[in-house]
Parts: sequence; C-alpha cells; structure tokens
Amino acid sequence: MTEMDEILKEFVVESRENLDQLERDLIALESTPSSTDTLGSIFRTVHSIKGAAGLMQLPKLEALAHSGESVLSQLRDGALVINPAIAGGLLALADGMRQMLLHIDRSGGEGDVDCTAIVERLARLQQSSVPGPAAAGTRPDTVDGTRPVQSGIRVNVDLLDKLMNLVGELVLSRNEIVQFSSLQEHSVLLGTSQRLSAITTQLQEGIMKTRMQPIDTVWNKLPRVVRDSAEFCGKRVRLEMEGRDTELDRTLIEAIQDPLTHVVRNCIDHGLETPEQRLAAGKPAEGRLLLRAFHDGGQVTIEVSDDGAGIDVAAIARKAIEGGLLTPEQTRLMSEQDLVNLIFLPGLSTASKVTSMSGRGVGMDVVKTNIEQIGGRVTVHSQAGAGTTLRMRIPLTLAIMTALVVTSGDECYAIPQVNVLELVRVDAGEATQRIERIRDVAVYRLRGELLPLVWLHTELGQNGFQRLAADGAANIVILEADGVKFGLVVDEVRDTQEIVIKPLGRHVRAIAMFAGATIMGDGRVVLILDISGLAVKTHLLSNVRERGSVRHDAALEDTIARGEALLLVAGPDEGQMAIPLSQITRLEAFDRSALERVGGREVVQYFGDILPLATIASLLPEHAPRSRTPHGEHDGAVHVLVHTRDDRRVGVIVDRILDTVEHGLEDLRPATRSGVRGSVVIQGRVTEILDLDLICGGLDAPRPVWGQAVAPPELVGAEA
Amino acid sequence: MADSREYTSCLVDDLLVGIPVEAVREVTTGAELTPVPLASPLVGGLLNLRGEIVTAIDLRRCLQVGERPAGQRPVHLILRSDDGCVSLLVDEVGDVLDVADEDIEPAPRTLRGRIRELITGVHKLDGRLLLVLDTDGVLSFSSGELI
Repeated sequence: MTEMDEILKEFVVESRENLDQLERDLIALESTPSSTDTLGSIFRTVHSIKGAAGLMQLPKLEALAHSGESVLSQLRDGALVINPAIAGGLLALADGMRQMLLHIDRSGGEGDVDCTAIVERLARLQQSSVPGPAAAGTRPDTVDGTRPVQSGIRVNVDLLDKLMNLVGELVLSRNEIVQFSSLQEHSVLLGTSQRLSAITTQLQEGIMKTRMQPIDTVWNKLPRVVRDSAEFCGKRVRLEMEGRDTELDRTLIEAIQDPLTHVVRNCIDHGLETPEQRLAAGKPAEGRLLLRAFHDGGQVTIEVSDDGAGIDVAAIARKAIEGGLLTPEQTRLMSEQDLVNLIFLPGLSTASKVTSMSGRGVGMDVVKTNIEQIGGRVTVHSQAGAGTTLRMRIPLTLAIMTALVVTSGDECYAIPQVNVLELVRVDAGEATQRIERIRDVAVYRLRGELLPLVWLHTELGQNGFQRLAADGAANIVILEADGVKFGLVVDEVRDTQEIVIKPLGRHVRAIAMFAGATIMGDGRVVLILDISGLAVKTHLLSNVRERGSVRHDAALEDTIARGEALLLVAGPDEGQMAIPLSQITRLEAFDRSALERVGGREVVQYFGDILPLATIASLLPEHAPRSRTPHGEHDGAVHVLVHTRDDRRVGVIVDRILDTVEHGLEDLRPATRSGVRGSVVIQGRVTEILDLDLICGGLDAPRPVWGQAVAPPELVGAEA
Repeated sequence: MADSREYTSCLVDDLLVGIPVEAVREVTTGAELTPVPLASPLVGGLLNLRGEIVTAIDLRRCLQVGERPAGQRPVHLILRSDDGCVSLLVDEVGDVLDVADEDIEPAPRTLRGRIRELITGVHKLDGRLLLVLDTDGVLSFSSGELI
C-alpha cells in the first residue's frame, strides 16, 4: 500500500465518522433550529470534508460538499430557516457523500457516481429563499484550526484481539512463574514475580477495557432511522435515550445493531399510531420512543419502549389461527401475555399491510434468535392503549464471565454464574428428609418449593455412586435456565472465578452439555456447563422440535412471567391436573400393604397419627366415591400428597406424578366443577387446578384418641 | 531420483505410523488432559496448548489397537487442521523418514476394521513397515452425543 492509499483510507474512515456526527447534528437541529452550536458543528463537518476532498483531488466530492456548504452558510446567516425540506436535502447530501466514500474505499477513486441530482436539489433549496445580504463572505470563524482536541487514536480491531490473546497467555505464564517462585527461597525473585503479577493484572484489565464501547456507537445511528421511518409512515416520533454511555463488549455492539434497528422500525411502523389516531385517543400527536440501557448484575439491559397502541392480541390470535399455528380453542385458553409472546414465533407478522420497512419476512423471531445467539434474552410487555416495551438482556461480554467452579469425580466444571440462584448444603442427617423421591425422580424442597434434582455425575455419564462430601452431606446448586428452576447435585463447590470462554473444537462442539471451555490458573482445561443444554437433556426443558406444541415452545417459555409452582399429576379419566405446591406438605410413597381400612375409608399410619386417604376421583363431586380404587402402579407403592390444614393432615392418592412446573395463573379459566379452581393450558394440555383446601374439607379426620398407642409407621417414602 | 515424501514416524502400540510432515505442527509431551464426558470415545480429552484449547484424539482408539498401558503418558502430535489445531495421541514419536513414492504399496486386503480405512498405504522400510495415515480420515469423525 502506498503512502497515498494509506492517507486516502484514513480520510474515508474519518469522513464516515464525521458523517455519522453530521446526521446526528441534523436531527438535533430539526428539533432545536436555533442552536448555533449544532449548526456550527454541521458546518465544520461539511467544510472539512470539502477541504480534504480538494486536497485528495476528489473534485466531485468537493463539489458536493460545496453545494451543501452554501445551504449551510445561508442557514447560519439566518437567510434560511431549517424545515423538513432543507433537512431532507442535507441528509441526502450526507447519503451522497457516503455513497461516494464507499466507492472511493472500494476502487480508490470517485468513479462515475452521479451526484448532480443532490447538487441540484441543494441549489433549489437556496433559490427558494432570498439570499440574505450578508450571505457572501461571511463564514463561521470557528472553521479553521479549532477541531476538537483528539483524545483517542484509531486501533485496528485485529490488533486488539491479538493483544487480548497475548495478555491471556501472559496471565498463564505469570501464574506459572508465581507458582514456581513461591517454592524458591529467593526474596528478589519473589518480589519481582509479585510485581509482575500485579502489572499483568492491570494490563489485563486495561486491555479488556479497550474492547468496551459505549452503546451510543449503535444508538447514534438510530435518530436517522427514526426520522426516515417516521416520515415514511407519516408519524411523528420523539426519540429519547437514557444511558448512552453504557458500555458493552465490541463484538456484542456489532451483534445488537441489526436487531435493535429492526425493533425501532417495528415500534414506529406497528407500535405508534398516526398523529390523528393519537389525538383521537387523547394522546399528544407526537409519539415517544424511549431507549434505555443500563448495567444490571453482570448484564446489560436494553429497553425499547413506545407509548403507542400496544400489541393487538386479538389480531395476533387471529393470525396464529390463520397460519395454522394454533387452534381457536388454544388461543382462547392463553393468557394475554402468552398471546403477546407469539410475536416471537417465526412466520407471524401482525402488520396488517406489508410495508417496505417491516413485514419483509424478517420478524421478531429473527431479533430473538440474534439476541439469543449472544447469550441474551428478549421479553416483551404490552399494555393495550399505553404502549409496548421490549427488553433485551445481554451479557456484558462474550469472552469473560463469572463462573462457579464445582467438581464431579476428579474433574472441575464451571457453571455460568448467571444461572446460579443459590447454593444449598444438605447435611447427611437431613438428606433423607429433604431430598424426596417420586419414583426415580428426586426433588428438593426449598422454602416450600419443590425443585427437581439432577445429579451432575449421572448426567456426565460418570459411573459409580455420587461421591458425597466427607461428612456425607450433599451439595446442591440451585440453577435457573430459561425460566426452569432445578437443583444440581455436585461433589464439591469450589469458588467463583472470572473465566475466559474458549470455544471447543469441532469434535466435541456438538455436545449440548458444554458451552465451551476455559483455562484455570494452574493451566488446566475446565469445561463450562451449558445449563440450558443440561435442562433439555434431563427433560426439564422440552425440546421444541420434539414436542412441536406451540405452547411448549422453549422460546415462549422464556418470556412467560414466573408463576406459581404446580405439581402435575394424572387425574381421573386420563385428564391432567395440577396442584399448587404450596398446598402440599410432603410427598410420600407408602407400600400398598401399609394401607388399612377403617370405617369404610382408607387410612395409613403416619408419624404416630392416622392419615385419612382419598383418591382425587373420590373427592370430586362428579365421581361417586368408589369403594376401592385401584391406585398406583404395579410396583406396590402408593403415591400420596400430604396436605395439612389447621394442623390436621390428609393424604390424597394420585396415580402418577407427572412433573413440577411453574405456571402463571392469571389466565385461569373459570372452573366447571367444584373443588377445582379453574383450568389452564400447561404443556399443551388443558389442566385443572385442584384446590386441596376445598376438596379435602370433608376428609378431616378427628384427632385420633388412640394416637399414642399407635406404633411409628414404617415409612417407605424416603427409600432410594 | 524419483519423487519422495517425508513422514513423521510414530509408534502406536507396535505399529509404525507415518504422518506427512507438512500436517504436523509440533510435538509436545506432558500436557494435562481434561476428559470430555459424553464425547466420542475417540476423544482423549482437551489440552491447553499455550492458551488455545486443543482436542486430543487417541490414535490407539482410532486404529483399534487396544488401550495404552496405565501410567504410560501419551505424546501429543499437534496437527494443523481447518478448524484450529488437533492433537493426535501416540505412544512415541520417532524420526522423520524420507520415503520414495515408488515404495508405496496398498494396505493389505486382509487388514480389517477401521485401521484399513485409515491407512492409505504401506511403505517397506528396512525390516519394518511404515503405515501411512490418512490424517483427514482420522479427524473426520463426528461429535459424540448430539442432544
């Protein structure tokens, strides 16, 4: 590359940045026409491009900039006042210059890019007004020599990435030296290695910071998008931004650009109403689009909200039915929030008419996919008539995260801290009580909530028994992935660390359990667990393709508001029923032979008490109590939900426990029979919510007077 | 002189295996291996090669010649591949051998199993046979469990 090429490249890059600034300034000028500062800034930008173009022998670009400068000088002198036509013309100027820069960048010359139309348009703008007497000869005196002081330099991104990698290796070497020197009795070596250590840490932090960029680098392109979209749709939009200096890793900045632009366009096209509609609805004619960004617990939240009409759930439901995605029955049973979430389904556009801006087949599903690819989540909340808020939560950086290090067998594994809710240690004595089993599934009761338990060593296919901690205690890491909570039993919990995520090679990449690997301080490689992958593997999260049910789309589940914890059981007549876990004191399994009959009803001896039993069927009015129900399966065990009410306990016999789920009950449909709170759709099935308080009312056994004489029951509930 | 090629020779059990020198980036020993549960059994683990995480593939398992005796540490033959580096676990690495192309013979038909698919030919050395490895073939197995 010759020196001239080098200078030309530099010019193109710099000019592009200047044009970004120019656009921002023009948009700002439209709202505050009297700002001489803004106008001065615009003038400077155009003027410096013009000057540089002359120097580079780019006559067309120079002429283009000159025509813009003429308009600007009239604006500056007050001969012209900014109006949409002038702003449009000047934005066209920016586009023209950009196009030319692109050509110069590619071919090294201006080529035959034709900008005469823009030049003429700008000329017309001038003619349309009477030139002021002071138009000639006066120029802003700030033009020459007062460019803002440069506080930064341009660094090649590849170089930055290389530096990042080098620092990573430096850290590893540093760790080895520190380890080695600590074994030597050499004070100078020790001192030097400590200093090396401190400097390396600082260097690492510094390099990380260089990769961070304010979100404004993406946002500053949006005013233009908003302006053009609003003009196109005939809407009036005021764009507000909060938290422009929120920093994100460079790679993430790039990744959110397209989704964000799409969302903003969507808001204007579909979200906000026309000025007439707004006035009719009693709102100001100008719609408000608010962008917010803020750091929040190791993540960045970006919100895009409008004060438009909100998402038309009826229209969405209609579309979903038309598209064959849902049946009318299903949509009827869905909550408003569930319906809103349907916008993330592929192939569902609510645009009543396809415009050039949105509805081009690129829907919210793509936005969601893009954000999820970088480890983020998207949720949407909408209120009819009041507006829509779309919230994206993304990690601060892709390369580094906080992780909890645990062990299974001889190996360490890292768990992303974002998935970790809390750590629980169950002592050996308590383990049998607090870890309960429903057939071969273990659950743990955490503050009244039953959480499914998963053993890490089992999921990793490691043979042998779970090694318990020295004292026989169990370490449980309570995790959450895509809205599903569960406990992971590990051998040991080590500590939390900042780890650098490294990709896996192709021979091991497809293992869903692992998100990548990292290198520890001692140089060992440690695998990073993918908690969502783990949840899918253990069937805690359904695989979308596997079930195919819309309601069970994992994409939807992400966004479902956290609801009540429910135990799903097989009801009579093959129906699915759910019981709020808060109404269940314990889950027990009794041996069938332990059941006794007293006074025409089944009971079982339970902790020195008599537990009256009943099946769900016998408790519901539609089902006449049968004298003897063939409950349970053929393994001899009877599953009983123990319900406590006013200090008295009753047992409800269930055929099969299916699952525990968290589900919102705001979409509860009215009950069709007594004893049932109502019905909701859970996992694609209509599920009745039982109210044990109601149906067990008649089951309350009188306190047994012979209670003391009864021998302690033989419990089979806690067997493995 | 007829055309010839250079091979890095290595021992896998009692087999002398040749790998084209241009495929080999370096040889390293002593790296700690992190096992990868649920991966293909051919994957011997992950190693840290100066900050890069490299997948190690056990050539003994690829060639189905039995497990490496306990306590014997494998040697990493680091290969270049389209997808970063890959390590081949072998027992020992020997000299680079220069072999004339005309000495090549096809693998004997009586060879059975995966080894036959992975050996592109046999070179007659003095008193020994050098099995030429199809490195692409060795590296072209898919991931383990795909849940």
